[in-house]
Amino acid sequence: MFRRILANRMGLIGLMVIMANVVLIFVAPWVATHNPLQIDILHQAAPPSKAFLFGTDEFGRDIFSRVVYGARISLSISVLSVLAALLSGVIMGGISGYYGHWVDNIIMRCMDALMSFPAILLAIAIMAVLGAHEYNVVIALGTVYFPRFARLVRGSVLSVKEKEFVEAALAMGTSDLVIIFRHILPNCLAPLIVQVTASLAYAILAEAALSFLGLGAPPPAPSWGNILSDARNFMMYAPWMTVFPGVAITLSVLGFNLFGDALRDVLDPRLRT
Amino acid sequence: MATVLNITDLKTYFYTSAGIAKAVNGVSLSMEAGQILGVVGESGCGKSVTAHSILRLVPYPGKIVSGYIFLDDQNLMALSKREMRRIRGDQISMIFQEPMISLNPAFTIENQLVEALLLHLKISKGEARDRAVEMLRLVEIPAPERRIKEYPHQMSGGMRQRAMIAEALLLRPKVLIADEPTTALDVTIQAQVLDIMYRLTQEMGTAIMLITHNLGLVAESANRVLVMYAGKVVEEGSVRDVFENAGHPYTQGLLRSIPMPGERRGKEQHQLYEMEGIVPDLTALPRGCEFHPRCPFVKEICKQEEPPWCAIGPGHGMSCWLLA
Repeated sequence: MFRRILANRMGLIGLMVIMANVVLIFVAPWVATHNPLQIDILHQAAPPSKAFLFGTDEFGRDIFSRVVYGARISLSISVLSVLAALLSGVIMGGISGYYGHWVDNIIMRCMDALMSFPAILLAIAIMAVLGAHEYNVVIALGTVYFPRFARLVRGSVLSVKEKEFVEAALAMGTSDLVIIFRHILPNCLAPLIVQVTASLAYAILAEAALSFLGLGAPPPAPSWGNILSDARNFMMYAPWMTVFPGVAITLSVLGFNLFGDALRDVLDPRLRT
Repeated sequence: MATVLNITDLKTYFYTSAGIAKAVNGVSLSMEAGQILGVVGESGCGKSVTAHSILRLVPYPGKIVSGYIFLDDQNLMALSKREMRRIRGDQISMIFQEPMISLNPAFTIENQLVEALLLHLKISKGEARDRAVEMLRLVEIPAPERRIKEYPHQMSGGMRQRAMIAEALLLRPKVLIADEPTTALDVTIQAQVLDIMYRLTQEMGTAIMLITHNLGLVAESANRVLVMYAGKVVEEGSVRDVFENAGHPYTQGLLRSIPMPGERRGKEQHQLYEMEGIVPDLTALPRGCEFHPRCPFVKEICKQEEPPWCAIGPGHGMSCWLLA
C-alpha cells in the first residue's frame, strides 16, 4: 500500500509537506532563529533580511520564529481536535449503526441538529461560551467535526454489519462490543482514514480562522491565525507579516489535501486496477 | 440415540409494516447425537429462520413468539443474553452459506480461530493456537501451521469453507447448524466438504442440521429429513422413507423437480416437472392447509381446516388431509 502512495506524485508531495510540518513541531527550538515572544524595539516591522528571514512584526518579533513555533500550536490543535472528533464519532456512529432503530434515530437526529449549524459559526459560539484557550479550541472543533465522523462510521457499520462474518461471529458467541470493535470497525477503516486527512486540512483552516477572530490560542503565543490577525493592519506597508504565515497555512492545507486524495485513490477498491 | 436438541411448537414471527409474517409457525423437531437432520424446502419457507431461532439470533423485526428449545435439559428460551452467548459457538454453532464472506477479511485465520477459543475456554494463547492448528489438520487443510497465518482472501473457496467448519467445530459443539454450507462451492469441493463434516461429527457425536434445497445432498448424507413449507413441517421421516415413499404432495413435487443428468438423452424427452405457484405471502397465509392453492390433490376440507399430523409408517409422518 505504501508503495502505491509513493507512486502517486501528488500524494508524495503532500506526504513530504506533512512530514516537514511534523518534524518542525519537534525541532522548532533549534530551527527558530529568535525567541518568538522576544520584543525587539530596534527592529520593528523590519523587512526580510539575513537576521530576520521573514522580517519582523510591529513589536519587532521575528516572524520566521513565530511561524515555526506557530506550527506547534496550529498543528497540535488541529490534530487533537480531529482525534477528538474521530474518537467520539467512532463511538457514536458505531453504536448508532450497530444497534439501529430508535438508538440510531436519536443519535442521528442529534448529529443532524449539530450539522445544521454552519461549522465556523458553531465553533465561534462554543468558543464564546468556553472562553479563548487552546483546549477549548480542541473542544469546539471536535464538536464541529464529530457529526461528520459519526455519520461516516454509521454508514460503514451499516454496510459491514450485514456481512456474513459478523453473523458468524455472533453465532460463535461473541459479545456486541467485541463485534463492533474487532469485526466491524477494522473493516470500516479506509473511508475513515481519508476523512481524517481531509478533516485535518479543514481543522488547520478553522483553527486559523478562530485565532484570527481572537478566539483561538490567546495572544502572545504564536499561532498562524493570530499572527495573521496581528499583521492585517500593516498589510499595506509590511506585507511580509501576512504573506509568510499565510503561505504556511496554505502549504499545510494543500499537503493534507494532496495526501488525502492520494490515500483515497489507493484505498478506494473501485479505483483499484 | 440420545436426543440433544428438542424443539416444541416454535413460532417466530416478523413484525413488518406489511403485517405479521409467520416465518416459523409451530415447528417441532428433535435432533440426535451423531445424526444428520436434513431440512429442505423452497426459499422462504422458514428453514433459516428456524436455524437462527435455535441460536436466538433472529434479526429485527423478528421475534420468537412461543415454543420451547431444549438443549439436553436446558431450556434455551429461559437463558439470559449472556448465558446464551456462552452456548453459541460452544454447544451450538453454525456454518453459513458464503465461505467467501464468512471469515473476517481483516484478520488471519489464526487470529479468528484463537479468538473463538479464548472466548469460551480459559487457556493460553499458545494452547489455543495448537488446538486451532490441530483442527485445521482435521478439516484436511494442507500445511496447517503455514496456512493458519494466511488471510481469508489468500485461500480458495473450499479452503475457506473448511476453515469455517474448523471454527464451528473448534469447541466440539453438541449441535452444528449448517445453513446451505455447500451452495457456493463447486460440485467436487461440495463432496469433500460434506465428507469432512460428516466424518468429524461422527467422531465427535455432533448432531447436524443440514439446511439446503439440494435434495441430492440430503439423500446422500442425512439420516432423517424434515420437509418445511410456509413455516411448518409438512413431512418428516428417515431419508429412505421420505425419498422412496413421499406422502405429502409438496414433497412429491419437490422430488419430481430434481433434474436428472443424462435423462434428456434417453429416448423419451422428459420435461422437468415444475410445481405450480410460489410460496405464499407469509403475512397472508391461506386458510386451512397452507399448501392447498398449489396442491394437485386439493379437497374441500383442505381449504377450511388445518390438516392433522398423520403417521405414514414408523417414524414417518406428514401433515395432510390425504391420510386423515
